[in-house]
Amino acid sequence: MNLEIISYSSITSHSASSNGETITENLTDAPFAEFSKSIYKKLEVPYPKFFKMDELSKLAFLAGEIVLKEIDTANWNGEKVAIILGNKNSSLSSDQKHYESFKDRDNYFPSPAIFVYTLPNIMMGELCIRHKIKGENSVFIQEKFDAQFLYDYVQHLFEAEAYEYCITGWADYLPNNYEAHLFLIRKSSGEDKHPSFSENFKQLIR
Amino acid sequence: MNIYPVADNIISPMGFDTDQNFNTAMAGGTGIKAIEDNTISPNAFYGAKINNAPELSQFTFLENLFIKSISDGLGQVGGLDMSRTILVVSSTKGNIDLMDAKKAKLFGNRIELHAMAQAISDHFGFRHSPVVVSNACISGVSAMLTAQNLIQMGQYDHAIVTGGDILSEFTVSGFQSLMAISDEPCTPYDANRKGITLGEAVGTILISNNKNTGQPTVEMMGGGQSNDANHISGPSRTGEGLKLAVEKSFKQAGVNASDIDYINAHGTATLYNDEMEAVAFDRLDLLKVPTNSLKGYFGHTLGAAGIIESIMTIKQLVAGQLLVSKGFDELGVTKPLNVVKKQQALVNARLALKTVSGFGGCNAAIIFKKL
Repeated sequence: MNLEIISYSSITSHSASSNGETITENLTDAPFAEFSKSIYKKLEVPYPKFFKMDELSKLAFLAGEIVLKEIDTANWNGEKVAIILGNKNSSLSSDQKHYESFKDRDNYFPSPAIFVYTLPNIMMGELCIRHKIKGENSVFIQEKFDAQFLYDYVQHLFEAEAYEYCITGWADYLPNNYEAHLFLIRKSSGEDKHPSFSENFKQLIR
Repeated sequence: MNIYPVADNIISPMGFDTDQNFNTAMAGGTGIKAIEDNTISPNAFYGAKINNAPELSQFTFLENLFIKSISDGLGQVGGLDMSRTILVVSSTKGNIDLMDAKKAKLFGNRIELHAMAQAISDHFGFRHSPVVVSNACISGVSAMLTAQNLIQMGQYDHAIVTGGDILSEFTVSGFQSLMAISDEPCTPYDANRKGITLGEAVGTILISNNKNTGQPTVEMMGGGQSNDANHISGPSRTGEGLKLAVEKSFKQAGVNASDIDYINAHGTATLYNDEMEAVAFDRLDLLKVPTNSLKGYFGHTLGAAGIIESIMTIKQLVAGQLLVSKGFDELGVTKPLNVVKKQQALVNARLALKTVSGFGGCNAAIIFKKL
């Protein structure tokens, strides 16, 4: 089955981009808390729940907003949409915060608001809520972005189940080292308008 | 392509292999007990903790369990062609005890799940890099379905699917902060249920597209995965997501609700999870099917749950005997779920359905057919 990449988005500590075109740059080298807020404002998304998310979820959420910009996700058939992502450091940043809250018995304050984010798949849960996505969502923990694996898996998913869309790519967060690269995949329309989905799909990232 | 589970192992407080676990559960035993361990919780709590674990000093506690479990599984089948075999690892928190810097020093970066999986793989000298799935409480079933996909893609003939999580202060303190831990051993579907009991376990299931690899008793018919798109930590009230996952599993397996003879559900014993499942099974017309939860034996074992509970599902289906849904006395969900209250024979049964649901709103279902 021929698949195509309808859109793609990237966020790194330097910039946020849509289909390879820069949306905003982090010229002041601001930390993620600030830079993510500036992207959020730039995208003009009315979604206050954003501010409750942990960093990994914020990162995936913003990359999701960009990659799905042209799609009316309020009215698509979410059952036919899957999310298949790679990630390296799981929820380590939130894990660290939760750990700080219980390691000292004299200062013991575990918080549900932090604990619920100590799983790497929660970022996909947030994307699902925001965009009414009800298909499979899986996160594979990889030493590095394994495009060949994700390509094979997504390709099979389309062939084995009747999916219409899949968001695939990479989202990983450490405080000083984060990146998200999301790709929206669809069955090829045969019009050559979009790049085809191949095992080299991550070469689109610049 | 037909896919068969051909070997398995469960390590839990009830035993170090599948038979020990199954026989202990059949005899009415449980791995859950009161735990007073200041390294896990300042207060006593109920949990399922493995004692006398094997200890190779170069591996963490959890890695040791994985290695023992995989060794047992591999020992049940003759020389697999390792060039055609993939290791798939399921875990939610892996070596989370390495958050402690003193411990971490001994084990490098193996708090990272891919590094943990690679260390296990290297111990056995496996050829291919392991695949690691981390989809919260559905991880075990996700890993089995991922393995099924990888075999169906033609990349491999066999998969070693292993899943595990430890009973750690990390998860105990977190679930306590959510007020989700019961002050008694958990009682799934019961009117007086008060929440989950956490457990520690590792399980391994080998699957193969070759029936002659080992002596399979069931076929893995397929499964499905879905998301509620509703809430990151609360189950949906409508059961829509679970219903969707089960419907997908029916479709992939080519069966109908009326074909299902037994359901091993998730049954965590939280108010909302158990109610959600009852609502979903009602909408799926599955209320009459005998249903149990195994959390009363193992506790909630997170990344191991989907695998060890699938193994126990297969054991019950093949033995023709259903385990009591331990802890259950009086129905406490709004639909008349057929919860197994007394040990019962399962006569002429062919098909079993295993379901799981987890944080992030994810659900998965998988179907086994007796050969």
